[in-house]
Amino acid sequence: MNIKNYKKIVVVGGWFISSLIISLTTLAQTDPLIEKVAQKLALVNDYVAEGVMKTDVSFIKASLGKVKVYFKKPNLLKVKKEGGISLLPRGGVSLTINTLLNTKQYTTIAGGTQLLNGKNLTVIKLIPTDDNLDWVISTLWIDPIDALVYKTATTTKENGSYEITMQYGDYAKYGLASKIVFSFNTKDYKLPNGITLEFGDEDPAAKQKALKNKKGTIEITYNNYTINKGVPNTIF
Amino acid sequence: MWSLINVELYKIFRRPRTYIAFGAIAALIVVIQLGLKIDGNSYAAFLMKDINDTLTVDGKVLNGYLICYILLQLLLVHVPLLVALIAADMISGEANLGTLRLLFSTPYSRTHWVLAKFIAASVYTILLLIWLAFLALFVSMWVFGTDDLFLMKSNYVVLIQQNDVLWRYVGAFVFASFSLLTVTSLGFLMSSMANNSIGPIVGTMSAIVFFTILSTLNIPLFTVIKPYLFTTHMNNWKEFFDIKVNANNEAITGSVLNIPKIKTSLIVLSLHIILFVSASIIIIKKKDILS
Amino acid sequence: MSVIKVQHISKHFGSLKAVDDLSFEVQTGQVFGFLGQNGSGKSTTIRMLLSLIHPSSGSIEIFGQSIEKNRAAILEQVGAIIERPDLYPYLSAKEHLQLFAKVRKQKITANAIDETLVKVGLANRANDKVQTFSLGMKQRLGIAIALVHNPSLIILDEPTNGLDPQGIADIRELIKKLAKEEGKTVFVSSHLLSEIEQVANQILIIHQGKKMVEGVTKELLDPQKRIVQIKTMDDAGTLQVIVAGSFSNYLLPRKEGIFLKIPTYEIPLLNESLIKAGVSLLGIETKNSLEDYFLQITSNA
Repeated sequence: MNIKNYKKIVVVGGWFISSLIISLTTLAQTDPLIEKVAQKLALVNDYVAEGVMKTDVSFIKASLGKVKVYFKKPNLLKVKKEGGISLLPRGGVSLTINTLLNTKQYTTIAGGTQLLNGKNLTVIKLIPTDDNLDWVISTLWIDPIDALVYKTATTTKENGSYEITMQYGDYAKYGLASKIVFSFNTKDYKLPNGITLEFGDEDPAAKQKALKNKKGTIEITYNNYTINKGVPNTIF
Repeated sequence: MWSLINVELYKIFRRPRTYIAFGAIAALIVVIQLGLKIDGNSYAAFLMKDINDTLTVDGKVLNGYLICYILLQLLLVHVPLLVALIAADMISGEANLGTLRLLFSTPYSRTHWVLAKFIAASVYTILLLIWLAFLALFVSMWVFGTDDLFLMKSNYVVLIQQNDVLWRYVGAFVFASFSLLTVTSLGFLMSSMANNSIGPIVGTMSAIVFFTILSTLNIPLFTVIKPYLFTTHMNNWKEFFDIKVNANNEAITGSVLNIPKIKTSLIVLSLHIILFVSASIIIIKKKDILS
Repeated sequence: MSVIKVQHISKHFGSLKAVDDLSFEVQTGQVFGFLGQNGSGKSTTIRMLLSLIHPSSGSIEIFGQSIEKNRAAILEQVGAIIERPDLYPYLSAKEHLQLFAKVRKQKITANAIDETLVKVGLANRANDKVQTFSLGMKQRLGIAIALVHNPSLIILDEPTNGLDPQGIADIRELIKKLAKEEGKTVFVSSHLLSEIEQVANQILIIHQGKKMVEGVTKELLDPQKRIVQIKTMDDAGTLQVIVAGSFSNYLLPRKEGIFLKIPTYEIPLLNESLIKAGVSLLGIETKNSLEDYFLQITSNA
């Protein structure tokens, strides 16, 4: 699948979920479980989180990088790498949040339950009622006991699908993840030798590796959150 | 011996020709820096076309470190030609001028003179490289700032953290000095065989261009001889900018992917230098000085 | 004591014999004139003396040591100019001397450099770049380079080339002074006898790589003696007669023809004795001077 498809895509993390859920709380007819999730997330007005970002894309060699994630209600979000170049999923963070936040017209469909990593999760699908929206369907996997979203999968009209999985730790009571993994499909990468001026022997190992894995992930492991201590708007 | 080196250095740096190379490097670098300063973003966008389809790259990609890498890529092909201008003239130029007989009728042996001349030419080469490093690296760092080095290679991208970059440049410049000294010694060898400067200068330049073309062509016939060409090894300074990854595909900071390749290249280049200089000494010792 | 001792040296460049079985000796304090036309092998010989050219055969000793084996020690005591005064156009006269002073093992003071410049008459142009120099000035600088380290043997190859008459006279005086006052041995080459005969006390004439004549200048130029060429039907037989007789001392070594340097009053006696010996004589031609002789042998070629 082509990766151009990620133009308007969604994002990295707990904040995505939080934003989504916050938006959901404004809607009248929602699934009671989503309501429960939303209530939990409503506790957070803003946060600053420190974490470590790992980029795992077959054609990219990057080391772990420290990041700071800033969030503010209703939909402001910024991922900053501490001094350096960061690689984020295509489309940018705030745009994708907006995309989902603006999705005020949709219906929910119960998708039953599914066993995921030893947990029995309730599956709820969101289908937009507005034809102009880019996304076609978004599926949430929610633990009915602790009201935490463990996974989302979204399919877009033009840009394929993406997936976010979450793990929770100390900040679970706020619905904030300790680790999120954003998965997306990657496109081939190749620059002509004439541009890179690399004329040495081609590294067959690198070539093979590039073919092997067409799925890229970006994962952020959070060390700590500073919640509701205020975040200036200038950050975003 | 030290006084001979002194004399040779004195002569090199009293000659106007010497400064052509320094001027040429400065002009080339400033032009490229200016171009990238004004239009660099579109250049970067062009390079990152494939990546931008998948990811958003956030940060100063076009920083001093990348500019230096681009400059080295472009210039380390041309600097050998500038080195040849002086190295290939060291002996033949004096033969042409007629001063070689003055030097060789002093109490110092021809071996001493040849070594002194080679060392002086090497000092010139290294100074040229330091000049290049100063302009390409430090001036670029000053003009474009620093950030991580986001290196787009043919088949993959390497993201090197900014505190992990500078030592790689030190390594690359040390490596490049071996490359350029190989050119110096080749020019020197050609110089020892002629009594005029044009022949050896053109000869050295032609040899470099010829072998570089063989090294860069991916034609099976040539791939057999590639490992034996010094021009193939000259470009391996780039290996300092490739990084190891662990089982989780995380780049290991401070690592170099292919150290054996660098070692092999350094050995091959060193052998070339020794071979070329020894041959020069033998030729000059046997030669009748008729100029 | 001989400063230079050359024994049977030859040098071949392919099929060309540049120097052919040449032997001579130069004594301490002598001004040795090395005379020959351009291309006669003078410069090749001088280059062999300085180990710039390796002889094909023969041996060269300077200061009693082989130049091949003790090159460094010998050349420390030798100063030379070789053919054209080729110098670095971008350096000044003084810088040249400073540069060549550095490649000597002995310490050469700034004073010595200045004195040398005065000696060759370049003191007022000391700081000018050589590219502004005339040929004559370059020649003077070349000589200065040869002298700056105060060598005991000075080899000057065509030192008056390109000099004006005053310059030629200056160099002549300098050479005389070096030998007489400073006790140096000077080996000076030229293609002009007129230059050599005024300074040299020993002369060697070389032609096509071979020694033609060698002798004390005074004797070779003695106005009381004439050079005569004996023309006969049988040169070899005649030569035997002369060698066996009382005129053998007057015989000049020549490749072809029979030449003698003989007091004028003895010429009739020579004539008589040859006829008595039954030589079929065609004639005895007299030459007026060494100059004539030099021109004769060199134009013969």
